[in-house]
Amino acid sequence: MYLILFIVLLIIMLGAAVYAVVQKDLLVAVIATGVISLILAILFYLLQAPDVALTEAAIGVALTTIIFVITIRNTVRYEDEHDKNKKSNS
Amino acid sequence: MFKYIEFSIYGASILLILIGLYGALVKKSLIKIVIGLSIVDAGVHLIFVAMGYIRGGTAPIFSPGFENDASRMVDPIPQALVLTAIVIGFAVTAVALSLVIRLYKHHDTLRIDEIKNLKW
Amino acid sequence: MKKLIVILLLAVLAWDLGVIFLGLNFGNEHFTEGVKDQYLEKTVTELNVANTVTSIVVNFRGFDTLGEVTVLFLAATALGGILYKKRHHVGERSVLFPSSSLVMSGSKLLFPAIILLGVYVFVHGHLSPGGGFQGGTIIATGFLLMLLAYDNYSVSHNLLSIIESLAGIFFVVIGLLGFMNHGTFLENFLPTGTLNNLFSGGVIPIVYILIGFKVAAELTGVIYTVLHEKD
Repeated sequence: MYLILFIVLLIIMLGAAVYAVVQKDLLVAVIATGVISLILAILFYLLQAPDVALTEAAIGVALTTIIFVITIRNTVRYEDEHDKNKKSNS
Repeated sequence: MFKYIEFSIYGASILLILIGLYGALVKKSLIKIVIGLSIVDAGVHLIFVAMGYIRGGTAPIFSPGFENDASRMVDPIPQALVLTAIVIGFAVTAVALSLVIRLYKHHDTLRIDEIKNLKW
Repeated sequence: MKKLIVILLLAVLAWDLGVIFLGLNFGNEHFTEGVKDQYLEKTVTELNVANTVTSIVVNFRGFDTLGEVTVLFLAATALGGILYKKRHHVGERSVLFPSSSLVMSGSKLLFPAIILLGVYVFVHGHLSPGGGFQGGTIIATGFLLMLLAYDNYSVSHNLLSIIESLAGIFFVVIGLLGFMNHGTFLENFLPTGTLNNLFSGGVIPIVYILIGFKVAAELTGVIYTVLHEKD
């Protein structure tokens, strides 16, 4: 029973990692990084390490995401800046 | 039956390291590079904690009633090392992003090929 | 062209790592007798602390924790130095529209509960999973909630600096007291009580309370600096 749970969680994590690297909208990529941290916290709990799971859930999900979002607010939002000009005209 | 779990956890964490390294080496926007380094951190921490797992083991805490059970506990040393590594990884990401903000104010762009051109 | 070279290098790295890690057993013990047996035994007999990871982080490998606290302090200082131009040019936050009343009253109700949870987690660090780092980040998340809901909520930056510096100084002072009593830095010099009691473990709960305060003040200062940067 644990085998199916592990494999499903690992497939979702790898899918989120590929999506975070390929996506051009930076805000969506940051949310995908948050999903990776969340599934990592669940995996740490299943590997019998509760201290590490608490630390990863508090730091990786909340604080890393907020620092990325504030950086995006002060700089560009899309990866190519031609897309920014194109989207602001419509 | 446990053979497949071993391939999947070690293989998934090695794939995470490779995906993060690909993002850090190929992508051209600075924020994407920092995201790639953060994914490499996640993969390395997973490898560490997975190396300390013992089949049928339990968490290394001596609760009241379980005080003589030291023979069935998982390894507590990799967990102590990963605890430090997670906090330091967050501190490095925060300093890197503050440098990105300053670079944007100076050059008005975030792509590394254009920043190299402006220098010459 | 560059992508091909990168993919070639990553394939070599994948082959190398795969040969090493897929040959290990997952779930079997790697050594028949190692350091972990000593740590698991000495935690109960010598230190009377229930959480093994706490006793490793604070007592058996306490010098690494001192290094980590130093790295966090350097990172917070560097962040403050890079993002502030001058002291009196701190800008206000620019919000697009103010928060609704549901968000404002809800966060005002949740904030004391989050602070209480954080304090509980780092006071009971030696009895159940938790400790200074976990409790400190939970308290910083509570302050982040209040900073996001109200746009004129302010935390006094001087008070945060004073708390952080005093906690760091007391940590080093406790280490030096151990040095003067028994001969090694960061040695346990208070009497250890019985197992699973709140006042057990000697100097370990005191050190974790100091680390909890320090990490909470530091991370709140980092979030405050990044949020209030002027354009």
